[in-house]
Amino acid sequence: MSRTRLEGTTDLPVLMPAADRLAARAQAERHLGGPALRLSLLHGCALALLIAVWAGAVWAQDTVAGEVRPGVFAALWQWLPVLLGGFVFNVGISIMAMGIGTVTGTALGILQVSKIRPLRSSSWLVTQFFRNAPWLVLLFYCMFLMPFEFTVLGVTIPFPDWVKAVIGLALPVMANVSEIVRGAIQSIPSGQWEAARSLAFSRRQILFEIILPQCVKRMLPPWMNLYAILTMATVLASVVGVSEVMTLTQRALAAESRTDLLVPFYGFVMLLFFVYCYPIARYTQKLELRYAVK
Amino acid sequence: MPSNSETRATDTACIPDQPIVAIRDVQKSFGDIEVLKGISLDVMKGDVICIIGASGSGKSTLLRCINALVPIDKGSIKVEGLEVNDPKLDELALRKKVGMVFQQFNLFPHRTALQNIMMAPVQVLKQDREKVRERAYRLLKKVRLEEKAEAYPGELSGGQQQRVAIARSLAMNPDVMLFDEVTSALDPETVGEVLTTIRELAQEGMTCMLVTHEMGFAREIADHMYFTDKGVIVEHGPPTEFFSSPRDERTRAFLSQIL
Repeated sequence: MSRTRLEGTTDLPVLMPAADRLAARAQAERHLGGPALRLSLLHGCALALLIAVWAGAVWAQDTVAGEVRPGVFAALWQWLPVLLGGFVFNVGISIMAMGIGTVTGTALGILQVSKIRPLRSSSWLVTQFFRNAPWLVLLFYCMFLMPFEFTVLGVTIPFPDWVKAVIGLALPVMANVSEIVRGAIQSIPSGQWEAARSLAFSRRQILFEIILPQCVKRMLPPWMNLYAILTMATVLASVVGVSEVMTLTQRALAAESRTDLLVPFYGFVMLLFFVYCYPIARYTQKLELRYAVK
Repeated sequence: MPSNSETRATDTACIPDQPIVAIRDVQKSFGDIEVLKGISLDVMKGDVICIIGASGSGKSTLLRCINALVPIDKGSIKVEGLEVNDPKLDELALRKKVGMVFQQFNLFPHRTALQNIMMAPVQVLKQDREKVRERAYRLLKKVRLEEKAEAYPGELSGGQQQRVAIARSLAMNPDVMLFDEVTSALDPETVGEVLTTIRELAQEGMTCMLVTHEMGFAREIADHMYFTDKGVIVEHGPPTEFFSSPRDERTRAFLSQIL
């Protein structure tokens, strides 16, 4: 369809070679329902440069150190499975916290526009409380206020630290999602409500069939932004003793007890997060641009 | 006579000399601003009435009061015997009887033209999806947009969107249609197609209440004209009389400005 449009409006022969490619891309994006993430050569170069800088730092450390000990790369290679495993754990925590935070936050956000006043004001209060509390403090609260196990009907359910960390991180996410949802609902023009009401839709139907589906597009960019922030915040869990990538790095460094490993190891952790979060940020930007035009 | 009263109760619209919409001394304020200061008018079945007046004279508010989008402070509005100014009013039952078309179209942008028309009958009236689809296609044909069934509102011109909006309202089989300045937001070249659709509707006997600035159209289509100023009806009458020999000074001033 876009092919015909392209041919119809710009039949400049110069554009023709690109037309097929552009049409195919547009088709794929329509199929996906959003712009596809394209990391260009430029991004590859930038990433290579970053790794080169980091490797340079590693190499510098290596040459300063004597020849007796194994090289920094060798040490890193040895610890790589542990560190990567830790990072996967971070990603796991972030996904679970985001899941819980999104579900509860969406409910809270919808309650914030409820017609029932007590519901509206109490959900507003909860949202504001968790939105304006430092993440680390919330994490500490969850760590020390929750028991390490629950006993329900004689069955003891263990409650490990990482579960508490997930909950602790889900709380601020919930509050932020709540605000994103409320903002998106209120950004839908009032004409949509009027038209739906005039067609005898009930309030619930209007919200779930007409308003919220339109909100999804508006909520996606800030939601992904929040996810990137959350992922980076998962290292806070190291402060409360969860064995994620920061904790493991510290342990590795303690085991090696070599100061020349400090910069390369922490640099490696930074690199891991960058490689994971940067595409998300890029994609968010792209979505924002796409939906802003509308 | 019990059977007679029963038919009356179920089908009040069929009583010939009973207005389908009866508005009595309606008052409405937004804060300190009195928008409607005692408006009364009757609309009979099959009538087309046009309300004109300067902006801010309360015309749009009046229309919104009829389907309870805006609650009124005092007075009474009866739509087929259903009292709108009643705290126990079944708003949904009222809105099933009254269709409304807006200045800004207000189509649902995430649904296609066809889905826009189908949504309310399927979800509100719980009608069979396939039957609704058939009727939706017929309505699209009626507004001459059958080839745009799968188009999203963003892909349609203003005039096309407004015609889909009319079809969407008609899909609920309303007894009265309210048109709130439906051509004011349109490009001049698409005004005609929307007016044609409304004209056809009026000729089929649909009861219509229009708030409009299209004087030529009002003159041609209306059975009865109303001129409102500062929340009251200043003058009303059949269009020929109304336009050729307006009695009130304010009507004369307004018409001379516009015509």
